[in-house]
Amino acid sequence: MEATTVAKTGTEGKTWGGGDEKPLKASYGKLMMWFFISSDALTFSGFLAAYGFTRFKFINEWPIADEVFNHFPFLHGVDAPMYYVALMTFILIFSSVTMVLAVDAGHQMQKNKVVTYMALTILGGIIFIGSQAWEWSNFISGEYGAVETRSGKIIQFADSEGNRVALEEFSSASPKDRTQHEAKNGIWYNSEASYNPLSIEDVKNGFAANPDLRVRTMEITDEGEKEILNREESLLKLNTSGIGVIQGANLSQNEYGAPLFGGFFFFITGFHGFHVLSGVIILIIIFFNVLVGTYEKRGSYEMVEKVGLYWHFVDLVWVFVFTFFYLV
Amino acid sequence: MAHDTTHGEHSGAKKRIWQVFIILSILTIVEVVLGIFKPDFLVHTDLVSLSLLNWIFIVLTIIKAYYIVWAFMHMEHEAASLRRVVVWTGVFLISYLIAILLIEGTYIQEIYESGYITWDF
Repeated sequence: MEATTVAKTGTEGKTWGGGDEKPLKASYGKLMMWFFISSDALTFSGFLAAYGFTRFKFINEWPIADEVFNHFPFLHGVDAPMYYVALMTFILIFSSVTMVLAVDAGHQMQKNKVVTYMALTILGGIIFIGSQAWEWSNFISGEYGAVETRSGKIIQFADSEGNRVALEEFSSASPKDRTQHEAKNGIWYNSEASYNPLSIEDVKNGFAANPDLRVRTMEITDEGEKEILNREESLLKLNTSGIGVIQGANLSQNEYGAPLFGGFFFFITGFHGFHVLSGVIILIIIFFNVLVGTYEKRGSYEMVEKVGLYWHFVDLVWVFVFTFFYLV
Repeated sequence: MAHDTTHGEHSGAKKRIWQVFIILSILTIVEVVLGIFKPDFLVHTDLVSLSLLNWIFIVLTIIKAYYIVWAFMHMEHEAASLRRVVVWTGVFLISYLIAILLIEGTYIQEIYESGYITWDF
């Protein structure tokens, strides 16, 4: 009876016959973490490549990063491009260093060192998330404001020397009637638009009254700066195509440039921030496991190594996000 | 394997960590300084439709990625087969994706610029 089945391949005991050797000489857990990291890397690449696509599509009118991200805590009104995000990058790199030190201490079975280094890593992660929240809040509240045009582009304002001018500096809100949107008076799922005291008429009047003002378009000149129109062109541009006022950023429009810029910023840095957040949560769980001595009893700190892999991956993604959002 | 390291190898591992941290810091500082000052000749020299400055940023980023994966994620101690499974998959798929999307983006930009329809009115 036994002769008819082909149960044996002749490779038993060898690697390709499913022998006792571990596949790729890595433990199951680490191998699965690498699978996850590979797929997550492709997800992030998809997002960043889509960002690149959109940027090449609007190559002559994309916002200039130095103008958008130029805030630093306690330095109000000081133009500080990149410093803050560079600081965030250092915080994340340093938390990677403490993570790898924790893994190293785990190899030596030094529980107390693992505890210290993991605590530092968690701290770094929390500071990073906080910094990102601050970055978002600056991005959302905006600084100068802009006017939306009929074609969905935006125009910004500058004085005759080319320095940016905020909308509130030259236009003041006129008294207007405002009716509150109630669910019973319209389509119930349409919520009220956000309230901006300045209307497009206020901006137009203020602009006409200040002969020093110029319109700054989205177009990037050969010098790598945004184009500034002369006074006549500015008046014409604002009066014929301006349809609305934008302050800050939301999911559908922003004062910095192409609407998709805000969308990509929120989505990609948000998705990365979500990874940092889940990384911190996983680190905290493993941290308590280390504290109660789970891995000491198990005789191996491999779990710290696995969460370390994930944490370094989060750092790796940030290196790319930093380059493509802030530098290039 | 890293598990059964002797004492001498262990201090070597620590040294490697700090060495990589210094390399990553220097690369980041170089990027930030270039990003703030934007030297004119780098901005205005183009190489394959990107400015030289942007190429420098991208190359430095890839070097940083190499150090993070090799040293911090211990890829240098893994089997060559695992290294290839992870790195080649990523590198080939991502290069393809980027090439296709950037070429398409440039094409659409050309349509915008030289088409018969006004996009900004």
